[in-house]
Amino acid sequence: MTTRTGLHPTRRLILQGAASVALLGLGNLPFGATSALAAANDKYPEEAFKQKSEADAIKALYGKTAEPSDKVKLDAPEIAENGGVVPIAVTTTLDKVTSISFFVAENPNALAASYKIPDGTMPSVANRLKMAKTSNVVAIVEADGKLYSATKEVKVTVGGCGG
Amino acid sequence: MASSIRVRATANGDITEVQALIQHPMDTGLVKDSKGELIPAHYIQVLKFECNGKDVFVANWGTAVSKDPYVKFSFKGAKKGDDLKISWTDNKGGSDTTTAKIA
Amino acid sequence: MKARFALLLGSLSAALVAFALTSPRVIAADKVDPVADAKAFQNFFFQKFPTVKHDDFVNGPYSMNEDMKRQWQEKEEFPPYEFALDAGKEMFSTPFKNGKTYADCFPNGGIGIRQNYPYFDTGEGKVVTLELALNRCREANGEAPYSYVKDEMASLTAYMAFTSRGKPMDIKIPDDPRALAAFENGKRYFYTRRGQMNFSCASCHVQSPGERIRAEILAPALGILNAMPIYRSEWSGMGTTSRRFVTCNSQTRAVPLEPQADEYRDVEYFLSYVANGLPISGPGARP
Repeated sequence: MTTRTGLHPTRRLILQGAASVALLGLGNLPFGATSALAAANDKYPEEAFKQKSEADAIKALYGKTAEPSDKVKLDAPEIAENGGVVPIAVTTTLDKVTSISFFVAENPNALAASYKIPDGTMPSVANRLKMAKTSNVVAIVEADGKLYSATKEVKVTVGGCGG
Repeated sequence: MASSIRVRATANGDITEVQALIQHPMDTGLVKDSKGELIPAHYIQVLKFECNGKDVFVANWGTAVSKDPYVKFSFKGAKKGDDLKISWTDNKGGSDTTTAKIA
Repeated sequence: MKARFALLLGSLSAALVAFALTSPRVIAADKVDPVADAKAFQNFFFQKFPTVKHDDFVNGPYSMNEDMKRQWQEKEEFPPYEFALDAGKEMFSTPFKNGKTYADCFPNGGIGIRQNYPYFDTGEGKVVTLELALNRCREANGEAPYSYVKDEMASLTAYMAFTSRGKPMDIKIPDDPRALAAFENGKRYFYTRRGQMNFSCASCHVQSPGERIRAEILAPALGILNAMPIYRSEWSGMGTTSRRFVTCNSQTRAVPLEPQADEYRDVEYFLSYVANGLPISGPGARP
């Protein structure tokens, strides 16, 4: 495990915990940078996608935890028409948003998609996700270095005529 | 049509709304085919949108994104006639790219 | 005396019950009257669902449930059948090996005519559907026919439906006893129970639209073919009218017929005719 000068020891621990091999290519980070490594990092967050639980995936992706916020509006159906294509969208009134991610708690791997929101891009994303079964869908918004979340349960049933 | 990428980019004042639909199986690697063999995972990992020389949106996707994936977002600073470049790469080394004019 | 009276009352009640059970299906015992049938069919649905706009019936389950309608509308912004539609357009304009094209087989070059299918071919004495006409066009021009259920057939019919979008269904029944017989035959198939589950098409689509069969919302029979062909999330792909008839028979544990079997063509004729006036909405997306 290589160490880098200037890195806070706790951050190094988090990196180790998150199997930091993927993060080695970061180079020199400004000391004390709090913006998520994932947002500053253009590399595909392979490890985060491999995590099973929502908590582990959030930790791997952002290295911190989120607090629920009513400023994050998650739009998802009550009952998904089909678990394979569930339209889910999120929008927020929070400022300085740098990243938006979607997690489906009961999926084999909780992280579904993560979006980088550069300066000048609106903090709002609509996409279509797969849900293995009835589950909480969690949207995480990274704004000004902090994480905010909104959660909604979406029911997924076995199709009827579909057999 | 050769491109797998369908895009609609419309400028409304300073804000450009972008919708994209991409033809891709987004196989999870968990589904079996009719012979009982697992269909290997095959999914777009990174999807980038660039305009006027900078990234305006980057998507990092896993296998839980639906087949023939769709995404919608909006950004500021572009105008009608500007070029929007879209490109993706998948886990098998596949890729595609296209450029669309903002309407 | 009492016994005879009881017997009379008994048989009278039995007759009344039998009449009540069968009368919805008995329209006119002697004369087939498609105009009256279509009117009765449409009015049944309009009255059963007074808050649904008439044209909305062609949207199937989405006309019956708000939550599902919203999901559908979001997907319609950039629908999953886009790729099939583009493929269909390209296929349609690609000439056959002999240099001719599909346009040579159809009135108006095949554009904006989907709402006239199926039609009754008085020469042949049978119902001709769009899918059948397309394959006949291919064979007449030395090309192998396509499978009726998906892929190319779905792409081609998707394109043709798209060119007719918004136009009202306009099926003609010529004053020909064979055409009237085909209509009756289709209607009879529609209302006949079959298979292990003893369902008729009507059991779900006339008696229970808007309700759930297991977890799916049932579509009303009125306008149910107007959105064909459809991209079904369940199939993760496109399917034609043939595909839906075959799979629906299988799913209700009835023996499916071959695509384009006479009964299927007649059912398509019947269902399309009674939806006359409602807009073509195809290609469509469904759960």
